This record gives sequence, C-alpha cells and structure tokens, in this order.
Amino acid sequence: MEDTICAISTSMGIGAISIVRVTGPETVDIVDSIFDHDLKNASSHTIHYGHIKYNEEVIDEVLVMLMKGPKTYTTEDTIEINCHGGINTTKKVMEILLASGCRLAEPGEFTKRAYLNGRINLLEAESVNDLIIAKTDAARTLAINNVDGKLSKQISNLREKIAKILANIEVNIDYPEYTDELEVTENLMHEYLDDITKELNVLVSGAKNGRLIKEGVNVAIIGKPNVGKSSILNSLLDEEKAIVTDIPGTTRDIVEGTITLNGVAINFIDTAGIRETTDIVEKIGVDKSKKTADNADIVLLVLNNNEELTNEELTMLDKYNNEKLLVFVNKMDLEKKLVLPETIKDVIYGNTIDLDGLNTLKEAISNKLNLDSIVNKDMSYLCNLREIDLVNKAEEALKNAQNNLEAGYSVDMIEIDLKAAWNYLGEIMGDSYEGELVDKIFSNFCLGK
Amino acid sequence: MYDVIVVGGGHAGIEASHIAAKLGKKTLLITGNIKNIGDMPCNPSIGGTAKGIIVREVDALGGLMGHIADISHIQIKMLNNSKGPAVRSLRAQADKITYPKNMQEYLMKMPNLTIKESLVEDLIIENNIVKGVITENNERIEGKTVILTTGTYLRGNILVGSKNTPGGPHGERRSNYLSTKLNEYGLKIIRLKTGTPQRIKKDSIDFSVMSKEHGDNTYWTFSNDFAPSYKLEDQKPCYLLYTNEKTHQIIRDNLEKSAMYGGYATGVGPRYCPSIEDKIVRFADKERHQLFLEPESLYYDDWYLQGFSTSMPEDVQEQMVHSLHGLENAVISKYAYAIEYDAIDPLQIKPSLENKVLENLFTAGQINGTSGYEEAAGQGIIAGINAALKVDNKNPLILKRSDAYIGVLIDDLVTKGTIEPYRMLTSRAEFRLILRHDNADLRLRHYAHEIGTINEEQYARLLSKEENIKKLTAYLTENTLHLTSEVKEIFINNNKNVPLTGLNFYELLKRPEINLDFIENFITLDYPDEVKEQVEINAKYDGYIKKAFKEVEKLEKLEEKQIPEDIDYGKVTNLASEARQKLDKIRPKTIAQASRISGVNPVDISVLSIYLKKEYGKDEN
Repeated sequence: MEDTICAISTSMGIGAISIVRVTGPETVDIVDSIFDHDLKNASSHTIHYGHIKYNEEVIDEVLVMLMKGPKTYTTEDTIEINCHGGINTTKKVMEILLASGCRLAEPGEFTKRAYLNGRINLLEAESVNDLIIAKTDAARTLAINNVDGKLSKQISNLREKIAKILANIEVNIDYPEYTDELEVTENLMHEYLDDITKELNVLVSGAKNGRLIKEGVNVAIIGKPNVGKSSILNSLLDEEKAIVTDIPGTTRDIVEGTITLNGVAINFIDTAGIRETTDIVEKIGVDKSKKTADNADIVLLVLNNNEELTNEELTMLDKYNNEKLLVFVNKMDLEKKLVLPETIKDVIYGNTIDLDGLNTLKEAISNKLNLDSIVNKDMSYLCNLREIDLVNKAEEALKNAQNNLEAGYSVDMIEIDLKAAWNYLGEIMGDSYEGELVDKIFSNFCLGK
Repeated sequence: MYDVIVVGGGHAGIEASHIAAKLGKKTLLITGNIKNIGDMPCNPSIGGTAKGIIVREVDALGGLMGHIADISHIQIKMLNNSKGPAVRSLRAQADKITYPKNMQEYLMKMPNLTIKESLVEDLIIENNIVKGVITENNERIEGKTVILTTGTYLRGNILVGSKNTPGGPHGERRSNYLSTKLNEYGLKIIRLKTGTPQRIKKDSIDFSVMSKEHGDNTYWTFSNDFAPSYKLEDQKPCYLLYTNEKTHQIIRDNLEKSAMYGGYATGVGPRYCPSIEDKIVRFADKERHQLFLEPESLYYDDWYLQGFSTSMPEDVQEQMVHSLHGLENAVISKYAYAIEYDAIDPLQIKPSLENKVLENLFTAGQINGTSGYEEAAGQGIIAGINAALKVDNKNPLILKRSDAYIGVLIDDLVTKGTIEPYRMLTSRAEFRLILRHDNADLRLRHYAHEIGTINEEQYARLLSKEENIKKLTAYLTENTLHLTSEVKEIFINNNKNVPLTGLNFYELLKRPEINLDFIENFITLDYPDEVKEQVEINAKYDGYIKKAFKEVEKLEKLEEKQIPEDIDYGKVTNLASEARQKLDKIRPKTIAQASRISGVNPVDISVLSIYLKKEYGKDEN
C-alpha cells in the first residue's frame, strides 16, 4: 500500500499564500486530525475554512481544498491546504503533517503517482518534469502544451491511422476469401506510406525544435587566433547582461555565456583559435574546436576584413556552408583584403570595437533557426531524448518500408516495418500495445462464419 | 491403472490420446459416443489462415490431423498464395463422413490405446493430485494423469431464439456435473458461447446464381510424410453468395427474438465469429455480407451456409434463408444455433497445459477457452506429450513463440487469459515470418525426435533436407554468374534486368524477379523442390528473416530472466497499479512472459528488472 505524502507546492519565497499538498490513502484522516472542522463526512471537491491546530494551539488560519480520488491529480485522495501565515507558519504546518503520519514527498513524486496510477501517460509525465526544470519562457510554454496532451493526441492520431492500415492488412491476410473488404495493394500502400511519412516528418522536425527550445541553441564561435572571437562574445553577453552560467554544452565544452533570443536560450561556446600548427598541444586544441563546431547547431565563423582567407578558413567555409554557418566579418574599419567566395550567403559585417553589426548578428541567428516560427504559444514538440530517439526509430522503420516496397516486397512483408513504426510511437507514450491490434481488426471489419 | 486417461474424443482428445499411446503409454480415451470421435460439428474444413500452419505443426510433431485431412478432403487450396510466404496456409474442405471414419479406423488400430464409451462426471483427487476419473455410473478408473478435452459438453446449452435446450452438438448428451466439481476443487469456471449456421439441402439450392470457388490446380498435402492421394479433377467447388437489403430488414425486424439480443444467452461469444445479427447491427452501413455454401460430404446432401450463424428462432431463420438469392426455395435441414458451455480460466494453466491447482490434470481445446478444430488439435498433442513426459518424470515440452503457432497459442492463453473463445490469427504471431507453413518440419521435428513421436526414417529425411539446404546455399554462394553476352541475352529474353556486374547466384536470387527456375538457365541444381523452396525463401527475405531472428534472440534473453515464484509484487516500488494487479494475478515465470501481459508497460518491465537485480542479484548477467 502506498503511504501518504505531503509537500509545500508553492515557492519558498514570501507570498500571500503558500499551499501544502497532501495525497495518499490516509490524506483525509490525517488532515482531519489537525483541522478544526469535520472533513471525513464532507463531500468531495469542496473548500473548507478553518484552523490548523496542534496540541490545542492554533497554528494557522487556512482554506482546505478537499478532493477525493479518483478525480484528482494523483487519482488518490488529495488535500491542498492554503496557508496564510507566511513561510514559517507553512513550515510548521508541514512539520505537524509529518508528525501526524505523512511522509515528505520526493521531488516529482506527485507526478510519479499520477503516472503510476494511470492518470497521465509517460509523455505527459516527462513534460511535467520538463515544466519544473524549464529555463526559459519558451521551454515552459512547450512543456505546458505537452502536459496538456496536445502532443499525445497528435501521436495517438498518427498511431490510430497506422493501426487502421495494419488491421486492414491483417484482415486481408486472415480472411482472404472476403473479397468485399478493401484489399491493401502495393499501390495503395505507397499512398499510405507517403501520407504517414508526411505526418511523421512533422514530429521529427518538431523534435529538432523541441530540443532547441528545451536545451537551447549551441553556437560555436570559431576563427583563427585574435580575430575577435572573445570580443564578440563579451559584447554579446555584456549587452544582454547575460547570466554567465556553468551549463555544460553537449560536447563538454564550456558554455561561455547564454543570452535569450525569442525566449530561446542561445549558448555561446568559445573555441581555441584554428590554424595550421605543428605544436602538439595546440593541435589538440584545434581538433577540439573543430569537433565543437561539428556538434554545434550554428557555427559562427569570425573573419578579419583586413586579411586574406587562409586555407583553414576556406575549409571551414566549405564544410559548414549554408547548413549551419554564419560568417561575421570583423574589423570593417580596416582596409578590405578579404575576398569571400560568392556562394557564402549569411554574412554579417561589423566591428566589435563599436558594436557595429551585433544586432544584425542576433537577428541572423534567429533567422537561421527560424525561431520566429518555431516558438509560438501553440507549439508542442517532442523534446526529451528518449522520445526523440523513438521518433527517429519510427522514421527509420518507415524508410525501410518505403525502400522494401520499391524493391518489390509484398504488402504483408512491408507491414512488418509499418508495425515497427507503430510500436515505436506507442513506446513514446509508454503504452503497451498488446492486443490493441486484434481489437482494432474486429471493431473495424465484419468477418467470420 | 492407466498412464493417461483422455476425456473427450474431439480433435484435442484424438491428438492427446494418439500421441500418448504412440509414446508407449497405456492410454484410455473416454468419450460419450464412439461414433462421434473426430466429428466436425461446425464448419466442414480443416486448416485456413494460421490454422493450416497449426495442422502442419501437429503433423511435424507426429500428430494425426494433417494426414487424416489429406485422405478425407473434397477440395484443398493454398490461401494467400499471391502474398508473401509467411502468410500462406492450406485449407481443405473435409468430408464430414470420411474424416471421422478414417480417424476412428486409425485410432482403433493404435497399440496401447483403449477406447471406452461413457460420460465422466467427476475426478478422483487426493491432496490436489488427480488420480483418475469417475464416470456417470460411478465407475472409478485410475490413471496417473488425466487430460480433459471436453469441448462444448460441460453444461452445454443449445440456444435457438428463446429456446434453451441442455445438451451438446447434434443433440448429444452433456456432462452435467464435471464443471461444477472442477469449480469445487478450486478452478475458476468461465462461460463461453459459440455458434454454427444452417445446413441446406443440396437439391433446394439454385447454384446457377452463385459464383463457384474452386480448389487449387496444384497438389497439396498437410502431411510431410505422405504423397497426395486425391485427384485434382475430383475436387468439388464451394459457392459464394451475398446477403441483401431484404435479409437485413428481416433481421432488424426480429432482433429481439434472437437469443443474443433478446438476452437469453449469458456466455461470451467470439468477435471473429459474429452471428449475422451481430454483423447487421455493428456494421449497419454495409449493404451486403459475403456468405459461402460448402458441401459437408459426398455421402449426404447437407450444405453448410458459412457466414450466416444466428441464434434467431426457427421461423425467422426460414425467412432469412429464403431472402437469399439462390436460396428462395431452400430446405433447411438443420437450423443454426448458438451453444453455451463451461470452460476453465486459462490463467490457471501452466505452459505445459498442466493445471496450476490440480497436479497431473491437463486440459486442451475448448475447455481452455479456445475455438477451432486446429487450435484444439495443437493443444491436444502438447497435452498428450506432456502427460506422457510427466508419467516418466521428464521435463515438459514447452514450445516458444518463435517455435510454433502452437507456442503462441498456449502462451497467449496462459499469459493473457481470454474472455471470448480464442481463435488463432496470423496477426497474433509476432514471428510469423519464421513460423511458416513450409518449415514446420524444420522447426519442430528435432523436438519430436528427441521425445520419440517421429520414427528414425522421418528423422533421417529431416536431416537430409537440412543438409541439402546447406549444400545448395553454399553452392549458390560459391558460384558466380559471369556476364557474357550469352548470359545477358537470357536475361533480356526473360524480361529481367541485366545485373550491372557479375555476382554470385545467391545474391542474384535475392532479387525479387529472380527465382531458382531462372537460375537453372545457368547452372544445374539437382535438389528436391522442398529444398529449393527453403533456399529461395531464405535468400529473398534474408533482411527480414535476420531481423526476426534478432528479435527472437532479444526475447530469448528475456525468457531466461526468471521471476522467483515467491516474489511479492507489493514490495516492488514504482510499478503502475494496473501492472501490479495483473502481475500478481498471472504470476509470470519470466520477464518475457511478464512483458506480454496487457496493462504491463515497458516501464513496468524496467522497474521489475531493476527490482529483481537488486533483490535477487542473479537475474541479469
């Protein structure tokens, strides 16, 4: 049997009200024992005014929200006590609850119970966690939308669509003599796969956005030594009064600082100057810089207007061009000796000394990532690594289906790939899929002796 | 004192008693009516999708159904022949007179097998160990093991409209007390329902307005051991017809008179075998439903009206049948009926088909909650083998989901239970690409040989087939197709894409449009067809087959992770409530089995694995 847990649900700061939440089988009994009005016989989802008393001493004047299971967040009996006496009184109320048989909840335990009791699915539970740890507004909005189940619905709908096709194919296999039922032919399968792939692609590209919003965008600043990388960084951070954090980047690079653009965290990663070198220690640094650039979402290559392109710089331009490259041509006040290849599109000209071009740079980053369109109040993207991994696997399975269909395999073989995709999508929500398909077959088709 | 007592002479009881006797066990088959042994009270066919594969598996294990069907049918065809090899399956229209007759003759000649006519109403039980049976005449017959294959005879009730008659199919007597006794001994009894459609007199049918359904123009056998004994041209056709708006109107107008809709039935019927009234109600917008007329036998004139099963009263059935095009003047020789019967909760059965509550008691067929002759036979042979092994104190034969449809069937039953009569479907088998009709012998005959249900000659043939498959595969791999102009011409003349470079023949065979016949343009392949077939399938579906075996491997690792029998699920923190309840009820033996329980999610499986590792330490390597 689960025990009864409690926690202070509001922030520990100074505010007019703080809320203590209690959930579990003993909830009503425990709170009733320290409250001066009868809760045991009160009906569910009602609010009660009264006092918390301990050893005849009035501790606080409170409102008690009584919510009996299963229509509660955890599906167990839940009570929220609105305390009025400031943080110390609230802590006192907590102590009394603990003394009366409650256990202090672990972080996230209320959500865990909601999940374990089957009220929310895994995707929603993970989103609650994301909501709690959200660093930026955009990340918070995204998490809220996912808690609401928008994304779950999107995935469920796609699975439903696939399930219908799977059921149809199974029916064709198990009841070949029933020619009145639609036969999923190779041609029809082509159509179906195209349609599903399109919908899945929305999830896949959304997942990319989701990660950007949740974890922020990593911008690697690269360039040869003394080209002005650090100055650019300092200027950007200085102007934004950015919080300098110690959040590690994805490649264990030190994020030098973070600014917020359109509500998305932009993490700048400074790198060692890149140049040809025979010095072993420096070479390690250079290699690491290249790796950082490879893993970054955006590579900001800083060039000197006053110097010609080096071979190393040309290689960089070639390597990252268009995909994720931004070029900042620094030192525009000096004589122009730099000649850029015409293929390079995203170029910002400026000067770190008088902050010329820095705003244009920020705009360029935002444009490059389409932040305007991906960050909006309706957004719902997969953003958790586990989820992204599964949606990628689903995409892979669909690709196999497409390829094998091209190669001439029969529909009942292609179905194996399609079923795999369907299972991966189910795993995102933590659903078990046993039996679902057979149910589908018999609810949608009319067969049998 | 018998070694094995089998109660019931249906398709489960036949295989159980036959195989036990074949294994040298002193076996008794008790049945209510000896003439009904091997009877087919419902549809006149053996096999069908997935079911046909089960028949081949029974044959591979040394069973009877395949061979008897081969010598008793009036039509046979390979279903899904245009689809992939994994979903092909044989179906035969069996002759309802010949099949039981051939079966009875075979069993009568069986050494070690005694057949007795009586009804069993109780078991001899001491300390939850079954020691024999007690018949309706209070005769006590002792046996080391008992196999119940009672079909629909446990408190059977025939329903036609509001009429409710106690009894088995064909007006046979039912067992009145056995299920109540089983319940007293601690077994949970569930009530199930199934049904069968009308039989129509041949002379009253106007076949000219229906379309013919022929058998195949290729010879087929279920059995791996005998050549075909029929003539292609002797096969008899079936006929296809449809319901119409008039039929639907009659059914709608009389709905409350049907046993099911009028509330006269309590059993749960199968969704895959709905009554015609069910179809009309649930699929209201469908304008017509397909029906088939199938001959029951060459020796009498009844035709089986497949798809028209109903529990309507007789007068309504007359109207319904006469509304069908071609059956306006039909004479109904037997009305459709629904039958309710008692079964045991399969969650109380072990994967060996021995009961969890009563030791030495095995069950197979409809009593375990299944439906279908083939499903019954598949369980029957396993129950028979395992009862025999139990007598010898040997470990039971438990087929894995990756071994056989029979393995899937039994695992589904004992892991998930059932609330409706369970029918095998291709979609229930996750490894259907491996569980093909064409490789049942390769999959199962090693087990059969080890247990002793096939003879040395059969085994030698298996080994030679395996050897030949290896040889042919190696031969194709080792030989290269050189693209001479002559070779190119053969490709072009046969409308095939000319390969860009030379390649070995096995790689060539992987191409969808290439088969071994074509390859024989270039090299001689002196191998039996059954060997070529295996090599061709292996090559063509190489990618999918490899993937499937990888999945099997994953599953087998999970199967190795045993869950201790005394585990207290209350102590496993972080299990979802639903999962905890289900696990506690079913008490799976392995992590793999646990993962197949509906309501137990992947996260619960992780939680459970971590708990086992922490608590018992030996769970994972």
